Amino acid sequence: MASKQLNGSQIVLKALVDQGVEDVFGYPGGAVLPLYDEIFKQNQLRHILVRQEGGAVHAAEGYARSTGKVGVVLVTSGPGATNAVTGLTDALMDSVPIVCLTGQVPTHLIGNDAFQEADTTGITRPCTKHNYLVKDINDLARVVHEAFHVARSGRPGPVVIDLPKDVLMGQGPYSPPTEAGHKSYRPQLKGDAAQIRRAVGLMASAKRPLFYCGGGVINSGPEASRLLKTLIKKTGYPCALTLMGLGAYPASDKQFLGMVGMHGTYEANMAMHDCDLMINIGARFDDRVTGRLAAFSPGSKKIHVDIDPSSINKNVSVDIPVIGDVAHVLKEMLAVWKTERAKPDTPALKAWWRQIGKWQKRDCLSYKTNSKVIKPQQAIQRLYEATKGHDDVFITTEVGQHQMWAAQFFKFDNPNHWLTSGGLGTMGYGLPAAMGVQVAHPKALVVDIAGEASTMMNIQEMSTIAQYRLPVKVFILNNHYMGMVRQWQDLLHGSRYSETYMDSLPDFVKLAEAFGAVGLRATRPNQLDNVIKEMLATDKAVIADIRVDKMENCFPMIPSGAAHNEMLFGNNGDDSLASEEGMVLV
Amino acid sequence: MNPQPEQINEHTISVLVDNEAGVLARVVGLFSGRGYNIESLTVAEVDPENALSRITILTSGTPMIIEQIKAQLGRLVPVHKVNDLTLEGPHVARELAMVKVVGSGEKRVESLRIADIFRARAVDSTNKSFVFEIVGDTGKVNAFIKLMEKLGLTEVSRTGVVAIARGTKGI
Ligand SMILES: Cc1ncc(C[n+]2csc(CCOP(=O)(O)OP(=O)(O)O)c2C)c(N)n1
Ligand SMILES: [Mg+2]
Repeated sequence: MASKQLNGSQIVLKALVDQGVEDVFGYPGGAVLPLYDEIFKQNQLRHILVRQEGGAVHAAEGYARSTGKVGVVLVTSGPGATNAVTGLTDALMDSVPIVCLTGQVPTHLIGNDAFQEADTTGITRPCTKHNYLVKDINDLARVVHEAFHVARSGRPGPVVIDLPKDVLMGQGPYSPPTEAGHKSYRPQLKGDAAQIRRAVGLMASAKRPLFYCGGGVINSGPEASRLLKTLIKKTGYPCALTLMGLGAYPASDKQFLGMVGMHGTYEANMAMHDCDLMINIGARFDDRVTGRLAAFSPGSKKIHVDIDPSSINKNVSVDIPVIGDVAHVLKEMLAVWKTERAKPDTPALKAWWRQIGKWQKRDCLSYKTNSKVIKPQQAIQRLYEATKGHDDVFITTEVGQHQMWAAQFFKFDNPNHWLTSGGLGTMGYGLPAAMGVQVAHPKALVVDIAGEASTMMNIQEMSTIAQYRLPVKVFILNNHYMGMVRQWQDLLHGSRYSETYMDSLPDFVKLAEAFGAVGLRATRPNQLDNVIKEMLATDKAVIADIRVDKMENCFPMIPSGAAHNEMLFGNNGDDSLASEEGMVLV
Repeated sequence: MNPQPEQINEHTISVLVDNEAGVLARVVGLFSGRGYNIESLTVAEVDPENALSRITILTSGTPMIIEQIKAQLGRLVPVHKVNDLTLEGPHVARELAMVKVVGSGEKRVESLRIADIFRARAVDSTNKSFVFEIVGDTGKVNAFIKLMEKLGLTEVSRTGVVAIARGTKGI
């Protein structure tokens, strides 16, 4: 063998560099000491030292989703790896490309209950797209390259590489990435031409069409969003987006109906219910979107474009499945629309838009302000208005009511600027994710729209934010409650607020200061704009403690087990309680 | 689409996979994690040169579930091919069982007689026992075991189903 021998840690780092990695989020420990030693000796990779491994994975998710690149994580064996599990699961559910390197005890100790041993590949098998245990240093370089390929291609996802310490310390050959595809994993990019022609045929003859688009558009890359916009503009059809899809189509456009699903807009959900053709581009008929399946969009034919064949016909059976990458398929759809000289049915479309206009008049997101307490919706709206002048604004969220209000009231015109934990609904996502975004975009404005309870879940990352001087803004809608859970207690459990009020919360202003950040507070509506202004003018990290109405609930809402045309409007409508069957659902 | 979407049918699915550590755990974990049935599962390397193993799974579900099972299997990284032998045309399916029967006198003679009818072979015998080896489709193996119950059956070990398409067609 002619090739130069490197040690295992050098092989890993060289492979990362060859994969275009610039930043790694990690936390050291015994099993990964050799890797950290090599990190010390080089200057091609920047290591961001987090405060808890869970934060590392969410940071890498933020990094990945805001750049389209693979996020990289490095943690030690045992507790390092188990702390990463929530983030890996989050990345799997939301299709985020992550490569997570975990240390492992030396191969001869595997299975011995050695110190800080965990069966990492066993534990992470169901929460990764794929995982590897490298036992032979001759496989090491190939496995790292393969892991990146698997993480980023097809439907993206997290990949774990478990690295025993003796492999990291052994000597072996390095091989660069190759162009040759994977021997078995070959996701289909191009959609079937005949299916696409049938789809376009249906689109041209639809009377009440609706584009229903999701995170798949964003994962396909910015070109997919451009093509989507061209197609939607060409057809004149309405478009609704999922929580994960926000930004895939400009929210400021007239053809945008808002978000679909449990806390989506009345017009988007009613259009979903009443359409005669649903054109699903990169969404997965998630239960938050469909509501009661038996009553889901009963009169429509359905087209479903998805790169993951297992998403097709999983919850909802569709008429025309198209397996392929969104950008590839949209390009073909546009070409066919053109060559077939397809035209929308203008009179029918006019009538459809008239109907949609009536739904829009319902003004489902309206809320009443007053001079005494800040409404959470108001806080987000004011934040949105204040950030309009900024070039590059990224919003992350935690999980709860504030997340839904952010989705409803913050308007995204571009993909990759909205980052939220959709599938797993992980409280504690937003702060480390914002940190990851800021690492990738040092100049951008990055705001975590947060709840006070969620913020506490990964508050330790404020220390990382301080260390790397990341000017992340944590905008807390502080209602003293786990608001979303309290809302369900209102709807389903007789307003018995069992364990959802949080006593003894920290003073967030002092807490910010303790972490070297700036703390701000607004308690009255007339302070809101000033606090937002000051937050945006501060070039350091900020925690803004926005004291909002404690009892406000998030509407409109399709309660679990209900159909799209059974929405609750809360404050501005008359509500019945959710159904008995709905109670067992989450 | 399907006339009886709720009808539950049995399917024999063949999965060609890389013979590598953890691959069986991935397949089995997928079934348990997603609540699918496994009636039987067999696995062995079939192509040592390319390190490929073939897993044969007997499962059941509605057409939508079966479609899901295949799609989910297909997206596992080490999976090369997923074939639904039940849908893809006629196939032969066999399993092998070893059946231990302990007894003496008339029962012992009767067990030999039945084994003969079923073309089961005695692969071990003592004064008081036989181990029969029987090969056949699941129904035949079940029938044989049922008959042995009254004749001193003490233990059964079965392989589960292996299957292959009839004719020239391969997977
Ligand atoms: C890790 C985790 N634990 C529990 C939950 C369940 N949960 C969903 S929302 C929520 C309350 C969130 O409270 P807060 O962050 O204050 O947001 P709010 O709803 O008040 O805006 C809880 C406990 C969760 N989503 N994630
Ligand atoms: Mg709260």
